[in-house]
Amino acid sequence: MADVTTHVDEVRTRRVTNAALGIRRSILQMAEVQGQGYVGQGLAVADVLAVLYFDRLRYRAEDPEWEDRDRLLLSIGHYALALYAALGEAGVLDKSELPTYGADDSRLPMSGMSTYTPGMEISGGSLGHGLGIGVGMALGLRHQGRNAHVYDYLSDGELDEGATWEAAMAAAHHRLGGLTAIVDVNALQADGPTANVLKTESVTEKWRAFGWAAHRVDGNDVPALLAAFDAAQREDEHTPRAIVCDTLVGRGIELLENREKAHFMRIDDDEWATCRTQLEERYAR
Amino acid sequence: MSDAKAKRATTSAMIASIADADQRRSAAPFGHALVALAEERSEVVGLSADLSKYTDMHVFAEAHPERFFQMGMAEQALFGAAAGMAEVGLVPFASTYSVFATRRAYDFLCLDSAEPGLNVNVVAALPGLTTGYGPSHQATEDVAILRGMPNLTIVDPCDAIDIAQAVPALADVPGPTYMRLLRGNVPVVLDEYDYRFALGAAAELRSGRDVILISSGLMTMRALEAAQRLAEDRVDAGVLHVATLKPLDLDTIGRLARGDRLVVTLENHTVIGGLGESIAAGLAFAGEPRNIVPIALPDEFLAAGALPTLHDRYGLSTDRVVERVKQALAA
Repeated sequence: MADVTTHVDEVRTRRVTNAALGIRRSILQMAEVQGQGYVGQGLAVADVLAVLYFDRLRYRAEDPEWEDRDRLLLSIGHYALALYAALGEAGVLDKSELPTYGADDSRLPMSGMSTYTPGMEISGGSLGHGLGIGVGMALGLRHQGRNAHVYDYLSDGELDEGATWEAAMAAAHHRLGGLTAIVDVNALQADGPTANVLKTESVTEKWRAFGWAAHRVDGNDVPALLAAFDAAQREDEHTPRAIVCDTLVGRGIELLENREKAHFMRIDDDEWATCRTQLEERYAR
Repeated sequence: MSDAKAKRATTSAMIASIADADQRRSAAPFGHALVALAEERSEVVGLSADLSKYTDMHVFAEAHPERFFQMGMAEQALFGAAAGMAEVGLVPFASTYSVFATRRAYDFLCLDSAEPGLNVNVVAALPGLTTGYGPSHQATEDVAILRGMPNLTIVDPCDAIDIAQAVPALADVPGPTYMRLLRGNVPVVLDEYDYRFALGAAAELRSGRDVILISSGLMTMRALEAAQRLAEDRVDAGVLHVATLKPLDLDTIGRLARGDRLVVTLENHTVIGGLGESIAAGLAFAGEPRNIVPIALPDEFLAAGALPTLHDRYGLSTDRVVERVKQALAA
């Protein structure tokens, strides 16, 4: 039995890892066409998005509005680049559309907009909104007797916003086991390192204090992520779950992993080829 | 009568109702209208931010406890959650005070509901000057704050009948709505007129050759009273009730504002950014500018005190309306 479990885990890990590589390739492609974008953050969250779309979410690629689907809310709307890549990998978007990212009249704007893009559940970007909407969706879905799960993807910077904690209290009060917060901790905000802008640690303890079941995991370690999502699923059915994911800005590309961290990561014209090469080399290991 | 007159007007005594002592009233018309709507439409739900008892939402919460969601004193979460519920196909009515709905939670109504065009219905009590609690509770600029929000429908009902008829109409609007709620014992006025609430349509309640009083919300009640009083002085004043502030029925307003009648606007709101300015701008933009006498609250933080005292001081009482119209006619 142990062998079977191990084998299943290996299959899951391989599937998710392959998807994460595809997501990273698309992120690079889109960012190069646009010459800018949240490349560093996108690369950081690629593994979590791969886990979501290739292991956890129930959705129909050909019917993004399927009413019993699990919902992934991109509260961090400026990470749209990464979600488009994931939607392309998942077949919700045609990959041929991805290079239109950020172009005039594209369905793929720089910051996520629900009215523009199939599979984009909310218009995030004004930070601190996603969790409150997630509370309403989870309440509404439970009221309707649907068992669809709601995931809100937010960042450590969003923990500065009081609205996040209003929603966190409401979720625990209403016993919303159908809601999971995925907290991306890349320790970086617009004005610099999170620790300097506004100290948010201890993040995990904060969620627990608000009545959530919280897990913390290396958000770039696929087997560990799968285990953390599995563990979160086993939590009490009336308790909302938080999965705090520590991620590395620029993950997967050595040049960017080692570059000075900035909200907007600078990539010179002659560096894109190096990025592509380094990404393939990393995954070929 | 002399005893009643001698009794000192107090803030607390006057907060519950805008009805005069001898006026016909209806208790909690919004709450009862929502209960009636909920019986027809299973997707209707209610939310409040620790103010259900003070927004007449408690009537709904008692009738349909499983369809009422208490969000605590957290207006951002209130509007976020309402949007999430609308996203999954419910029709939420979310109640709080006007000051909190507008000043505190604007971004959450704007981006979570208005931008995606969701059916979220905000029910906002204590609009304009309907409490003596001072600026913390007096939403004198709520319409000015909200008018620039695309996709938002704004209604300012006059009485219990208006509210009861507006509730199902608001649920029928696909996008978000904001209703300036009169709560508690609400006056019953419009049944004496051939009136039905129709979203987006201004209604001529009374015709008049000398003056046209264009009003919204509780000021329509005052306009009707003022018109009667003016008639005693042989001034013939018409009343146009504008229950929907956005979209504004400029066709009807423009038609009735034409000619040489005195045009007066009456609103329970600051003179900045409400009904009067909307009409002045709308008529000017349409190439039909008019001189308008604006009866509205001043551009200042208002005093605390008893509501009748304050309405008199700031020009919203019937006495002051009559006085202002007569002055304008004499000028």
